[in-house]
Amino acid sequence: MASGHDDAARDEGQKVRLNDVVPHRHPGRWVAVALLAVVVAQVAHGIIVNPNFHWDVFWQYLFAPTVMAGVGWTLMLTVIAMLVAIVCAVILVLMRDSENPILRTVSWLWIWFFRGTPLYTQLLFWGLFAVLFPRLSISVPFGPEIIGVPTDWVVTAGVAAILGLGLCESAYLAEIFRAGFRAIDRGQTEAAQAIGMSKGRIWWRILLPQALRTIIPPTGNETIGMLKGTALVLAVPFTLDLMFATNAISNRIYLPVPMLMVAAFWYLAITSVMMIGQYYLERHFGRGQDYVPTRHA
Amino acid sequence: MSRHATPDRAAAVLLEGVHKFFGNYHALRGIDLTIAKGEVCVVIGPSGSGKSTLLRCINQIEQISAGRVRIGGTLQGYDERNGRLHELSPRAIDRQRRLTGMVFQRFNLFPHMTALGNVIEGPVQVKRIPKAEARRIGRDQLARVGLTDLEDRYPNQLSGGQQQRVAIARALAMEPEVMLFDEPTSALDPELVGEVLDVIKDLAASGMTMILVTHEIGFAREVGDRMVFMDHGTIVEEGQPKQMLAAPKSTRTQAFLSKVL
Ligand SMILES: Nc1ncnc2c1ncn2[C@@H]1O[C@H](COP(=O)(O)OP(=O)(O)OP(=O)(O)O)[C@@H](O)[C@H]1O
Ligand SMILES: [Mg+2]
Repeated sequence: MASGHDDAARDEGQKVRLNDVVPHRHPGRWVAVALLAVVVAQVAHGIIVNPNFHWDVFWQYLFAPTVMAGVGWTLMLTVIAMLVAIVCAVILVLMRDSENPILRTVSWLWIWFFRGTPLYTQLLFWGLFAVLFPRLSISVPFGPEIIGVPTDWVVTAGVAAILGLGLCESAYLAEIFRAGFRAIDRGQTEAAQAIGMSKGRIWWRILLPQALRTIIPPTGNETIGMLKGTALVLAVPFTLDLMFATNAISNRIYLPVPMLMVAAFWYLAITSVMMIGQYYLERHFGRGQDYVPTRHA
Repeated sequence: MSRHATPDRAAAVLLEGVHKFFGNYHALRGIDLTIAKGEVCVVIGPSGSGKSTLLRCINQIEQISAGRVRIGGTLQGYDERNGRLHELSPRAIDRQRRLTGMVFQRFNLFPHMTALGNVIEGPVQVKRIPKAEARRIGRDQLARVGLTDLEDRYPNQLSGGQQQRVAIARALAMEPEVMLFDEPTSALDPELVGEVLDVIKDLAASGMTMILVTHEIGFAREVGDRMVFMDHGTIVEEGQPKQMLAAPKSTRTQAFLSKVL
């Protein structure tokens, strides 16, 4: 609450004159700001007037059609792969906590495998999937095929990239989600049971909202990691994403630096938008604990 | 197995030969207890004697290992056909849990919901009462525990005593047949104990059937119609609170009371 002469809080008709306080000064902060400003100005000047950065080329290609398409594809890969990862992770967490020992083991093995092998290797594998398994079919085991399609109709480069990114990520998310649910006190479930809520409803209404509060910040991290991970889909090979698009241009015009700046600009822009989204999600799921709305503003 | 040759099926709560094992640990060793409608039964006993376990078995947070629990004459958790027990479906068990309201030592309010949100969660999500009507019910229940103005507060904006009163309102909003209290005041600062006890006293006066585990012996004497002393998973002694406190029969009861009084 701001201080001032006329500021008065009311409590049952009684007027309380609030203290008029001269805030403590922090001269050290101003010195630090001044020093930093000098350094920043130096660096900025060094970059902006530096002819090696080819800022004209940067501006020329910043909104080039292939770059924009690359931004679109990168975003799409990130979002869809993340959705695949979230769905898989939720299933993995439910399996991990289930009473069925087979489901528990499968979940454990999944996490073990996808966390334990490099993403690049997994992407290479998904790229080769159609070669390894030319037909996807449902058939009698060791008997005739009932129904089937050529694999490359289904597992296109885009699908392979999404599977590679999404399945690998699901293993990491599963561990994050599990930790989120673990942090909740057992008493929450018991209190919900005591008012007759069903298992599913307890999970959805009581546990999930509380778990999300701790799950969202690391998941935001993972999403940003995924965004940059899309640069690896070259391994599939998937050749439409932002990194490939800017690389292709720089190979053509022999000017890698401005194209790197273009790529960096767009990755930063997308990350910034994601961080804003994360802020609002955190605020929503932190209500009652981190963000307590006050009625007396 | 049971000492009750002709069980009183109309009793609000009836326990017959209830045992509970945690692995090899024998936490309840044959509990027989009958509580009439409107009766207030206070349970005392040393730490680890099985008081919480008893309440948790009554509202099926824990599954009993042997014996029968009946509420309002209905067997809890099972269906008895041709002399065999058949486990009920989770849905049926959830429905039975509505018969009992439970108040916990550590409140266990839902931290992401306001006071009113906590109270209407059961009516809306379980009983499927329309939101507007549930709010009205919720406000009535909050008023009943003396928290009219605090419905928009989140649990961490409430004092311990206020939180426990919200928890009581949350249980009452489901209109249970029996209220179970597990040391409702032992996590509270001394000056906040009174406000919660007052609410419980009002409830007792309104004719609610209650089982109350407490260390507040004075309060137990005041509100209890019956007192049960537990030790090592058994009921050692039960009787009229004033008589029992004045002249305990068992030496174990005497020893316990000499420590807490
Ligand atoms: N889930 C469990 N697993 C194993 N043992 C348990 C479990 N719950 C309770 N017990 C044991 O059962 C015994 C009775 O516990 P209970 O919580 O019912 O005691 P209590 O009488 O409520 O004690 P207090 O006054 O300290 O709350 C204790 O020895 C406890 O260690
Ligand atoms: Mg206890």
